[in-house]
Amino acid sequence: MAKQGKLGRGVAIVGAGMSKFGAFNDKISRDLFVEAFQDMKASVDKGFDPNDIQCLYVSAFSPELFEMQAHLAPIMANAVGLVHKPATRIEGACASGALAMRQGMMAIASGLCDMVLIGGVEKMSNLATEQVQDTLAAAGDTAYEAPTGFTFPGLYAALATAHMARYGTKVEDFMRIAIKNHNNGALNPKGQFNQSIRQIMDARKKKCAEKGQYCIDYKVEMDFLNDAAANPVVAWPLRLFDCSPITDGAACLLLVAEEIARDFTDKPIHIIGSGQASDYPQHEREDMTTIKAVRLAAQEAYEMAGVKPADIQVTEVHDCFTSAEILAMEDLGYFKPGTAVRAVEEGVTARDGAKPINTSGGLKSKGHPVGATGLAQTMEIFKQLRGEAGGRQLPGKNLRLGLTHSVGATGATSAIHIYERR
Amino acid sequence: MEQKTLITSTNFNVFLAQKRLMASKCRKCGALFLPPRAICPTCWESELEWVELSGKGKLAAFTCISITPTWMAAAGYGRNNPYCSGIIQTTEGPKIACRIEGVDARDPESIKIGTLVEVDIRERTQGDKKIPYLAFKVA
Ligand SMILES: [Zn+2]
Repeated sequence: MAKQGKLGRGVAIVGAGMSKFGAFNDKISRDLFVEAFQDMKASVDKGFDPNDIQCLYVSAFSPELFEMQAHLAPIMANAVGLVHKPATRIEGACASGALAMRQGMMAIASGLCDMVLIGGVEKMSNLATEQVQDTLAAAGDTAYEAPTGFTFPGLYAALATAHMARYGTKVEDFMRIAIKNHNNGALNPKGQFNQSIRQIMDARKKKCAEKGQYCIDYKVEMDFLNDAAANPVVAWPLRLFDCSPITDGAACLLLVAEEIARDFTDKPIHIIGSGQASDYPQHEREDMTTIKAVRLAAQEAYEMAGVKPADIQVTEVHDCFTSAEILAMEDLGYFKPGTAVRAVEEGVTARDGAKPINTSGGLKSKGHPVGATGLAQTMEIFKQLRGEAGGRQLPGKNLRLGLTHSVGATGATSAIHIYERR
Repeated sequence: MEQKTLITSTNFNVFLAQKRLMASKCRKCGALFLPPRAICPTCWESELEWVELSGKGKLAAFTCISITPTWMAAAGYGRNNPYCSGIIQTTEGPKIACRIEGVDARDPESIKIGTLVEVDIRERTQGDKKIPYLAFKVA
């Protein structure tokens, strides 16, 4: 029963686009999806005929609860003018986008299709924060976890306490991730925050001063993040600035068979590795300082691609919470367990470091419209490998290999993809 | 009676209402499962039986939650009144999510992983229903 672990034929990305991420009370899912589709369409260098799209995979986590809209795929297809094309919704909580892309890859690798549209969307901001907690908790185990009061941030907070107890990780280690990702996100005009923590902190100080109120004289970002009024606890040890925001947004990718990729662009990005695995709900796991499904999915992707963790030059990881980024770096094999926080402190994962992570700003700063997130991660790698990431473009001309890490809930669904510019 | 009770999460909660923490056990390999499973994933044995646990364990992970789901907010929890949820490793081995009682959720740094705990099944009121929930308290 050994699996072959190879694609039947190669798959390349020739277009990638996203809507602006944020909170938009004048837009519903389909409006965001159209915006992302238009942006993707404009990104295909030599153009393409949308009639040639043979099917769509639409990723969305919970439009049922967020918008009272189920059966999203045909509605999205219709919205972008593809009404009669086969359209299939894919759901894997926060990993939905990565799973939809994997399904699209398989449709092409099997020979069934030559061109596939992948589109992800989530419209989250209609609900109050507590209702969003209810909805996100549905991605956990509602039989055994949710009835004990666990929220989604709460589950990641519990992972954080296990990591702290085993490795001596500190709350400041989590805060450093937020600072780094906001620094990157300040250079991403499509992101929700588009501001560094220093900018947010200075704006707050200025507002206080204008109102003639007493304001704390934050010297450095860490002073601000340690201020319980500015950065309140959500689920200890995680505070507001450890959590990705509630976001509306969409992202689209255009996938084609490798042999026709150059009809659309001279710079296709090839998907050379793909891995997916499932895991127990968090509370049943033997070790809570690592996510086994991520390790298994990563191993599958590395083997398919024939590359090692050290070869990867640019990475987007699923930092729904700052503690998640620490686990991701260790589970991907970038750093030994317990040592990733030191690498962050030394700037290794910063944009000018040796192992840049979340150049887009990550979920933390760019925003986390659940169903769109995985595709927006891929879009960042697509842009970076093609040298099109604008103000946040990584220095050095020879970027060749990138990776995306997506997890649903606390990793019960995990998917890893590796990309190559040839 | 236990032998004939189907291994389901509904029945786990029926036992919980009787203040009993029940796991399932594989008759072939002896493996113990909490939450209870109906199938042993090692030997695919489907003849599993209910067994009652000692109710003793230690804290494996926890959090003190300030931004709550709606139903916990309705019960009076929130920013000014956080609560502690955690994961317990039972003395018998398996882990499970639960509420942690007998700790100060306003002072999370006082709560230590590895703390010995014992089962303390409680109930909450929802409308006119009483719903049991699994909790452990500091032993
Ligand atoms: Zn067995």
